[in-house]
Amino acid sequence: MLSSRKELDDRLRGAARAWLDEALAEAAHAAAHPGADSGSPPWELRFASAGRHCGLEHADSVRALLLVEARAGLPAVTRLYEQGTAAERRAVLLTLHRLDLGATALPLVEDALRTNDTRLVAAAVGPYGAAHLDAHGWRHAVLKCLFTGVPAEALDRLGERARGDAELARMLSDFAAERTAAGRPVPAGLRTVLDLTAPAPTPTPTEEPR
Amino acid sequence: MRIFDPHIHMTSRTTDDYRAMYDAGVRALVEPSFWLGQPRTSPASFFDYFDALLGWEPFRASQYGIAHHCTLALNPKEANDPRCTPVLDALPRYLVKDSVVAVGEIGYDSMTPAEDTALAAQLQLAADHALPALVHTPHRDKLAGLHRTIDVIRESDLSPELVLLDHLNETTVTDALDSGCWAGFSIYPDTKMDEDRMITVLRNHGTDRILVNSAADWGKSDPLKTRKVADTMLKAGFDEDDVDKVLWRNPVAFYGQSGRLQLDTAAPGPLHEGNSILRGGE
Repeated sequence: MLSSRKELDDRLRGAARAWLDEALAEAAHAAAHPGADSGSPPWELRFASAGRHCGLEHADSVRALLLVEARAGLPAVTRLYEQGTAAERRAVLLTLHRLDLGATALPLVEDALRTNDTRLVAAAVGPYGAAHLDAHGWRHAVLKCLFTGVPAEALDRLGERARGDAELARMLSDFAAERTAAGRPVPAGLRTVLDLTAPAPTPTPTEEPR
Repeated sequence: MRIFDPHIHMTSRTTDDYRAMYDAGVRALVEPSFWLGQPRTSPASFFDYFDALLGWEPFRASQYGIAHHCTLALNPKEANDPRCTPVLDALPRYLVKDSVVAVGEIGYDSMTPAEDTALAAQLQLAADHALPALVHTPHRDKLAGLHRTIDVIRESDLSPELVLLDHLNETTVTDALDSGCWAGFSIYPDTKMDEDRMITVLRNHGTDRILVNSAADWGKSDPLKTRKVADTMLKAGFDEDDVDKVLWRNPVAFYGQSGRLQLDTAAPGPLHEGNSILRGGE
């Protein structure tokens, strides 16, 4: 769960708080001078060391604030993702939906879904992935979560996207059958997701006047 | 018994090794970047390797309850290939990463001018980033290589207490310790050092500033050599505190100078009945 600026201000003291203030000021400066995004502005170096200065438990939140404050565009988020550690990549993925990127950053989500690192897979199926993955990509992401042990709760808008998805239901049923045939247990979350694929009740005319 | 392997190339090892290492007491390790056996021909190959040492490999280690850190550098052997030397220019952006606890492996292989340049440049990078350095001593002409290495370190901005001289043996240990650097010993099945010789070194030189590693990689090597040294120490009359000092506190003290060691490993990631290391994820 990402913390807000106010929550971090309440928790951080001394050098950590001063570091955060300076880092966010640099990010704001970059946002005010967008033409300068040709290299790596100073705030991007801070992105790497956020955990060392503010505490590892706050690293995701601080990195998210930096991205938002800098109004990071596609070149910056791509650079930070591609040059980032797994922890930095996760922070980028967790923040994409708070940036004005449209669907342009989808390749980063797709990259994360090709890994087997559950920290990245879980972050890839957050709000941005849920908003922009197409039906095929999203169904495979659901299956990937079940395969790799990422809890179904990590899937943003799961109920909404799964509802009435007969193809997802078929894929889940086939997966369950394959596991059963092999004498292996079916992942605990599979039944939960399968139940969510049931079609919505047929709306009555009074509920759907148009 | 808790063990810190300060030099092991897990990229070349299997999950069976991780499990066996955990069972033997290994709870933390440092993976130095080095030569992969097959020479690389472009900086991009290094960057993918560095990214793996910062991403996938720590993830694998965490699933077995082992804290994974790394050291990054252009190794001496490949420093001789001009196609690879642009790696030096990209190192600064990697050295700021959380799990990088030293610059390494640097040092000499054949003692060429290109190796001189890479060693001096990377000692400076370590000083600039307030990081220790892991310095490999050459397999051939080792004593001369050690003396030349110590000379270059003395001329650098890096203090000797921030340097670990590795792959030492009976002929190089005295000069290495006299230089003020830390002294690393790689225990191999046939070459470098073995457990009994290591005991003799410890008897003659004490346990201060001495580290023991398996340096296990893609060659004939054994990732459990750290534990075997610990067991041999106990049989030879060293006590548990001596073992803890050599196999845990000394590597923690050396790499801890980076300020980046994270030894309170989080519980292994979200796993189900299997794990995501299983092949055929989808």
